Amino acid sequence: MAARAPQRRRPIGVWALYAAGLLPAAYWFWLGATGRIPGNAVKEFEHVLGIWALRFLLATLTVTPLRDLAGINLLRYRRALGLLAFWYVVMHFLTYLILDQNLNLAAILADIAKRPFITIGMACLVLLVPLAATSNAFSIRRLGPNWNRLHRLVYVIVLGGAAHYAMSVKVVTAEPFLYLVLACLLVLYRPLRRHIVRRKTPAALRARPEISG
Amino acid sequence: MAVYRVPPVPQSEITPRSVWLSRRALIAGALASMPVLRAATAAAETAPLPLTPGPFGTDELPTPQKDVTSYNNFYEFGAGKSDPSRRSGAFRPEPWTLQVDGLVAKPRTFDLDDLRGFPLEERVYRMRCVEAWSMVIPWVGFPLALLLDKVEPLGSAKYVAFETVVRPDEMPGQRGAFQPLQWPYVEGLRLDEARHPLTILSVGLYGRTLPKQNGAPVRLVVPWKYGFKGIKSVVRISLVEEEPVTSWKRMAPHEYGFYANVNPDVDHPRWSQASEIRIGEGGFFSPARRATLPFNGYADEVAGLYAGLDLKANY
Repeated sequence: MAARAPQRRRPIGVWALYAAGLLPAAYWFWLGATGRIPGNAVKEFEHVLGIWALRFLLATLTVTPLRDLAGINLLRYRRALGLLAFWYVVMHFLTYLILDQNLNLAAILADIAKRPFITIGMACLVLLVPLAATSNAFSIRRLGPNWNRLHRLVYVIVLGGAAHYAMSVKVVTAEPFLYLVLACLLVLYRPLRRHIVRRKTPAALRARPEISG
Repeated sequence: MAVYRVPPVPQSEITPRSVWLSRRALIAGALASMPVLRAATAAAETAPLPLTPGPFGTDELPTPQKDVTSYNNFYEFGAGKSDPSRRSGAFRPEPWTLQVDGLVAKPRTFDLDDLRGFPLEERVYRMRCVEAWSMVIPWVGFPLALLLDKVEPLGSAKYVAFETVVRPDEMPGQRGAFQPLQWPYVEGLRLDEARHPLTILSVGLYGRTLPKQNGAPVRLVVPWKYGFKGIKSVVRISLVEEEPVTSWKRMAPHEYGFYANVNPDVDHPRWSQASEIRIGEGGFFSPARRATLPFNGYADEVAGLYAGLDLKANY
């Protein structure tokens, strides 16, 4: 019952993941701040943050199938991956809010109300907040089975995030299409999981509280 | 007296031609992949053009050449903004022929000397992309009307259709499984729009021949319309009776119309067209966002072309 008996100290690998995970944001911020991104620098930075958010979301959802199908257990990194996704979404939003729209609240509210892809993106950010807020060991203990139920929201969020990306571009090219397909596959895997891992003993499955993750 | 003799070189030590050629390509490719050097190699590939200052100038600051030549939409080379500058190495814009045909009395083919032989002017135009960013670009070109005069359009000609070259071997965006658009890229103008003095065929920018990523060797510039109307690397111009089916309209007719006049009051279904980011101004922490102007600020010159036309329905 790994989730119910969390380790006091996080392994060094998790801290390394946080540090490495924030590198793309730091690197691109440096490129932008020093005038090294040609063209629409703010938009490019905004896109990079959004794409990394999506990558971390997809990585978070890959932990379970990777363990089921390949026997690789990266469970201890999953919370860090999820929180990195959250922080990238926050940075993505702040870049849009401050650098892109210059805090023009009227324009931003109009965007959120009128443009479905921005509405979806905003909804994903809002839905991520309770997940990030309950990512600590205390909440997991406190919420019990409800914690799993709450965190199923991530399936809605990853589909919304991939749709947000595909809808934001002038034409759906290979990259947004790939993210959309990956998000669908990772979500579809969950209802199919029971059948796919049937050969494992029911007891082994029950022993994992993160069964729905 | 010592006589120098050329030491014999064994056959095995001679580098095969194919190898050293590919080595050169490799070095060129490596250079082209570095952003700083990319601008330098691009400059080396272009040549200065003779020109005189043209009308319709602006006192707005031209967008830095680095931005104009490294932030492009040219889907024939890929959908990313840096794809056209990074992935156009194999493209050969010279020699070139531009075929002009259709409903004309004197169809003919123009080569590059013909095109550069027109009286070339510098036209500093605003360029507003449908993606809500803009630039100010010093084009070198000549009015399209001059070329149309040479072929003598017939009375039945109502529209002008344009086509981009199709060369999958040289244009990586035209090959592969996932093609966002159908090729050739097609654009079109009404004949009166095509004859308007603002409409030019451009053969250069910043005083030199066009870089590949900007549509070498010849492209259309229609400054009061969204950038995608400015078809690049044009190989064919046809005078026709029916409105041409243009590329973006065919792809998403509810988002991109035939006219595509810059209009802050008609939003793209997925984003606002009320304002734009001016590339190269303001910097990272205070990007220059400004209000978008009707007809991109050229209303005095062109609004008359659309008298009585519902611009919301004919976007």
